[in-house]
Amino acid sequence: MAWYIGRRLVQTIPVFLGATLLIYAMVFALPGDPVAALGGDRGLSPALVERIRESFNLDKPFLVQYLLYLKGVVTFDFGTTFSGRSVRDVIGEALPTTFMLAFMALVFEAVLGVAAGLVAGLRKGKAFDATVLIVSLFVIAVPTFVIGFVLQFTVGVKWGVLPPTVGSDVSVRTLLLPAMVLGAVSLAYVLRLTRTSVAENLTADYVRTATAKGLSRPRVVTVHVLRNSLIPVVTFLGADLGALMGGAIITEGIFNINGVGGTLYRAILQGQSSTVVSLTTVLVVIYIAANLLVDVLYAALDPRIRYA
Amino acid sequence: MIPVEIDTQAPPLATTVEPLLRISDLEVSFATANGLVQAVRGVSLTVYPGQTVAIVGESGSGKSTTAHAVIGLLPGTGKVTGGTIEFGGVDITQADAKDMVALRGKEIGLVPQDPMSNLNPVWKVGFQVKEALRANGVATGSAATARANELLAEAGLRDAARRAKQYPHQFSGGMLQRALIAIGLAARPQLLIADEPTSALDVTVQRTVLDHLQGLTRELGTAVLFITHDLGLAAERADHLVVMYRGKVVESGPAREILADPSHPYTRRLVASAPSLASRRIQSAKERGVRSSELLTHAGDDGPSRRDDIISVEHLTRVFRLPGGRPGATRELTAVDDVTFAIPRGTTTALVGESGSGKSTVAKIVLNLLEPTSGRVLIDGTDVSTLDRRRLFDFRRRVQPIFQNPYGSLDPMYSIYRTIEEPLRIHGVGDKRTREARVRELLDLVALPASTMRRFPNELSGGQRQRIAIARALALEPEMIVCDEAVSALDVLVQAQVLTLLNDLQTELGLTYLFITHDLAVVRQIADEVCVMQDGRIVEAATTDEVFDHPREEYTRELLDAIPGARLAMTPDRGDPEPTDAAVL
Repeated sequence: MAWYIGRRLVQTIPVFLGATLLIYAMVFALPGDPVAALGGDRGLSPALVERIRESFNLDKPFLVQYLLYLKGVVTFDFGTTFSGRSVRDVIGEALPTTFMLAFMALVFEAVLGVAAGLVAGLRKGKAFDATVLIVSLFVIAVPTFVIGFVLQFTVGVKWGVLPPTVGSDVSVRTLLLPAMVLGAVSLAYVLRLTRTSVAENLTADYVRTATAKGLSRPRVVTVHVLRNSLIPVVTFLGADLGALMGGAIITEGIFNINGVGGTLYRAILQGQSSTVVSLTTVLVVIYIAANLLVDVLYAALDPRIRYA
Repeated sequence: MIPVEIDTQAPPLATTVEPLLRISDLEVSFATANGLVQAVRGVSLTVYPGQTVAIVGESGSGKSTTAHAVIGLLPGTGKVTGGTIEFGGVDITQADAKDMVALRGKEIGLVPQDPMSNLNPVWKVGFQVKEALRANGVATGSAATARANELLAEAGLRDAARRAKQYPHQFSGGMLQRALIAIGLAARPQLLIADEPTSALDVTVQRTVLDHLQGLTRELGTAVLFITHDLGLAAERADHLVVMYRGKVVESGPAREILADPSHPYTRRLVASAPSLASRRIQSAKERGVRSSELLTHAGDDGPSRRDDIISVEHLTRVFRLPGGRPGATRELTAVDDVTFAIPRGTTTALVGESGSGKSTVAKIVLNLLEPTSGRVLIDGTDVSTLDRRRLFDFRRRVQPIFQNPYGSLDPMYSIYRTIEEPLRIHGVGDKRTREARVRELLDLVALPASTMRRFPNELSGGQRQRIAIARALALEPEMIVCDEAVSALDVLVQAQVLTLLNDLQTELGLTYLFITHDLAVVRQIADEVCVMQDGRIVEAATTDEVFDHPREEYTRELLDAIPGARLAMTPDRGDPEPTDAAVL
């Protein structure tokens, strides 16, 4: 097991290098001159432009810029934004909020998705199953911002059950509604995945053997059906954590959340390469970590792959 | 709980004893898109305490469905639509879910068909045995752990305490089946349903497992309802036989009586087709008719004088590297170890052995789908490994495979026409019209109607699919066909048909077969020469008659003894030797 995790950790090094290089190159290739844009319509003096370029290493060739950036990353110095703030502070401000949001969305979709999926799978073809399938299809089909605005208006404004916006007041209560919106589509997928998996495992030979042993139905379902059915669901959830972190931009916009999505969006518009690359790299690292966690969980759930 | 007041010590078949299980006019139906389909139609049978009753029939005969109805585990939409199942005097067809849970495990145990898929892969074996103890209130906690180990040991699992802590994927098929027997007998049920308990296992393993099961149930006085497609096996293991055909019981009675004097035509066919020791080499239609007298000299007497070997295999060795538990550590597995044999043109050589003996690896090397570590394969004297791309392409045309599983070896998205036509198209044989004519011809050759070509594999039965696989293999007019367990997945009657077909084609087209199988009874029917493999080596090679009549190796003798029905003493005086099968049990 330790050997397995170790090997996976070593594998993250090339992924990390490749991801940063790729993102750096893409930001470098973005059209427009970020420094020139700083001055707005009036323009900056050539001397000032030169100074800014020099301080941000923009005058050096691409590869040198990248290596200088990497050197900074190793010493946890992610550089500064054009306005002089440390990129580390920017990340430190946005990341926890987004992380909390994504985590809440993940818990929401996992708990509700597995529960509803299990019931639907056990009652395949019955009314509950049909209803849940249609609703989940609807959720998948409708764009997130529609669900977001509708819920914000009804739950937040009209009924006043939950706060409609987040702003500077970041708490579990304020993030509840955005988390539900963020997790809605994935919830539909988790539900369908669990349903299919449960329905399939119900017909497995070993489930029949378990029943033939004299086990009660609840025990057969929890011990022999659910655990086996969770294997593909866990894989999906792990990959989804990364998607939730990076894909929160629309939800963050609707609910006025100062998170990674908005920060990243603004940084891309301004061509702030160190901010963009650093934030993206953090997302990549989180993604890799989530996948590693999935692999470990996977091995815990399925002994067959433990010693592979 | 069902009150049972039967003296289990009473001798079976004593007329005063109440039956343990009495099925009367049982009807089971499945709801399908086309309405109700009856799988079991008015089946009646009785099992007395301590008695072993076997239900025999081919797949689809309703034998498994009957068994599953008894334990209330009908799959899918299956439902009992008529008749009664009385267990210990109480009708359980109307029992509610709670009563059935109480009955399962404690009163009626099940040993299922396929050991590989019947244990949950994510739980330790010991845990799964313990569950059966806990659910039926036999033992809990550490007492259950100890009891589970005892049960596993009792079922014949060596080193049970250590094995109990392992997962199913670390077990072999035979070991898994022992674990399933331990589970089935855990709560000491009065009736054990054994649903084809060993059909997925090698013959030698099959015998030891069945011997053990028989010993255990006899000792415990457990009644056994034994489901099998193998008449020989059933007769060997059961006191009483029930023969099922298309959902009905066509014949039932004492095992030996049925074998000696089958009254129903279906049973008669079944008895005739059952491969067994006494069966002879199948003779082709032509040989039967035209030159039956010459045939007698065909098998052994030719001698090496005018030997024309199409394929010869010299000192073949194949080593697989397996990843070890530690980084960089690899284990070496010698799957094939210095194997040498040659196949004379127009004859059949059988490669026999248990799973893991390396016979399929040899087949793959002969087909040039796998490279040998050392040694060589010669076709008409040319080393196959030296062939360039073009000549390898020609080689593929000359040597064709038929694989074991007709469900897996045909592309489900290809129509039958496309399946058979594909090799012709790849090798650029003829134009569209002549290819279609050829497909018709091939279908005719394997005795399928031309209308089959528009159908898809899932619309055909296993036997029909295997015929398609044969037609596909024949499309390019090969000189040699490698049959890797080509009939193992088929029912006895279909198996007999396919073997006869292969044999007729051999005479007609002068084909050479390399026949890979674990089933010695099949070998007797088709092969001229036999190579017995064990642990990657050929331990015995001789003509079929020699191997069967005078086996030299202990291992060969074990294999022969393990053939179901081999130990049945039957009087071979059933008169007329029928032409197609010539099989006398």
